Amino acid sequence: MPGRITHDDVAHVARLARLDVTEAEIEMFTEQLGAVLAHAADVASLDTTGVPETAHPLPLSNVLRPDVPTPSLERDEVLAQAPSVDDGRFRVPRILGEAP
Amino acid sequence: MSAAPGATAVDVAAAVRSGQRSAADVVDDHLAEIEAGEPQIHAFNHVMADRARAAAAEIDRRLAAGEDPGPLAGVPVALKDNLCTRGVPTTCSSRILEGWLPPYDATVVVRLRRAGAVAVGKTNLDEFAMGSSTENSAFGPTRNPRDRGRVPGGSSGGSAAAVAAGFAPLALGTDTGGSIRQPAALCGVVGAKPTYGLVSRYGLIAFASSLDQVGPFATTVADAALLLDVIAGHDPLDSTSLDGDLPSARARLDGGPEGLRVGVVTELSNAEGIASDVRSRVQAAADALAAGGAKVEEVSVPAAVYGLSAYYLIAPAEASSNLSRYDGVRYGLRVAGPDITSTYGATRAAGFGPEVKRRIMLGTYALSAGYYDAYYGQAQRVRTLIIRDFETAYASFDVLLSPTTPTVAFELGAKTSDPLSMYLSDVCTIPSSLAGHPAMTVPFGTGADGLPVGVQILAPALGETVMFQVAAALEAVAPKEVQA
Repeated sequence: MPGRITHDDVAHVARLARLDVTEAEIEMFTEQLGAVLAHAADVASLDTTGVPETAHPLPLSNVLRPDVPTPSLERDEVLAQAPSVDDGRFRVPRILGEAP
Repeated sequence: MSAAPGATAVDVAAAVRSGQRSAADVVDDHLAEIEAGEPQIHAFNHVMADRARAAAAEIDRRLAAGEDPGPLAGVPVALKDNLCTRGVPTTCSSRILEGWLPPYDATVVVRLRRAGAVAVGKTNLDEFAMGSSTENSAFGPTRNPRDRGRVPGGSSGGSAAAVAAGFAPLALGTDTGGSIRQPAALCGVVGAKPTYGLVSRYGLIAFASSLDQVGPFATTVADAALLLDVIAGHDPLDSTSLDGDLPSARARLDGGPEGLRVGVVTELSNAEGIASDVRSRVQAAADALAAGGAKVEEVSVPAAVYGLSAYYLIAPAEASSNLSRYDGVRYGLRVAGPDITSTYGATRAAGFGPEVKRRIMLGTYALSAGYYDAYYGQAQRVRTLIIRDFETAYASFDVLLSPTTPTVAFELGAKTSDPLSMYLSDVCTIPSSLAGHPAMTVPFGTGADGLPVGVQILAPALGETVMFQVAAALEAVAPKEVQA
């Protein structure tokens, strides 16, 4: 069973989750996540050797449909909800560094 | 046959279809009730008054033309604000979706409209359905109509309160670990979580995809059954939607308890924090079913005690993945930074509230390298154990019985500073969710401070017919509650 979650773990997880957190939030989450994970210790320490995982309650395999074109959402209605639009496209801040 | 606020959906639809009352009058009466009571309750994020009046007028026009608008003709329905409504604000009670207008309707919204129902508003919830009190809403809490100093439960607290307050005879909520059943119990109304896959989730904003289900709130079992039968059924737009022979909730409402095998789940009746007033109401319900000719016994579902811990690893893990879509690019809030990565971090920091951040953090941790197998993988194996133990129990019993909630409605603010104590509110509702089974709550008298207590009925997958049969039997003998 893993050890208690640390301040550094929480800061690392926040980066993975693309979530800016303050120092105060890191401290609060370290304590609160520690409490929830301590409660989960009963599950983490259970012997489940040979028990398969259930990811989903239904015995479903891939669901296919005929490859027939159908109307999509109204483009203007969709773009109207975007924070920033340029020439019929979503506009976003810079993704790569300065062009050479 | 009354169609005034407080009347049942069955009566309202009958009055409208027979021409006794116009849909316009019914909707106006309920909008007036909302206007009068909403400032004290805050059940809604958005009241759709103009659209509701227009929809009612259309139903009256169709009736005048000799058409039948459907089984819910003119019945006002409140919609949880995580169900997409085209052109109508849909927020999930989150700043990150404030002002967003969905470009499409959820399938359940379309089905309601086709059945003649009239959507009157979008109800408040814990942000992204994460919570058990509706206090995690970015737009302020909802208050319990039975005692306004208390929470209505959550996450579908606005839907439960809307029905309990008489704002609408019916409401839709969503249930991931108890978010329909727990608020229904605390507000003294009927609430049902259907079998996973029975109701389409197209247009339901995802929280935990292996658990989320849409389901009904109503003041009577027959109303809840009618609403469920309207929204249930296969939908090609939802790849987890069941097809084939699906159960009717209304098929045996008058079947009575005679001859049924009912198991009272030991582990849930004695779970962490179950109050004695709640336990005694469950015992009274079991006794009533036995008096009606059911065979009632205690039954053990040993792995159920691990449900809460497994759920609070699985649901946050799925949530952390689902909520990665809120990146400030295509819709919703954007807090711009110098590059895309800083935009993501700033947008999500500003747009999500504390509970949503906590679950994203918890879920990301449970899925991260080095911890995946110990937490997420292990929780999924425990899920298998819970399903196996239920299978064993259902080999001997038609339905199971338990408390819905550990206590009656608690006071506003009582659990907001201690997330784990809030999570424990879901201890009785989670096991069925993990198994994908249906479960529902019916009011069965009152407990501490004269507040309503709900009894939970659990059934195997696609066992809605017998589940509603037992619910109707309990409703028929439930003590008539004196409203506060």
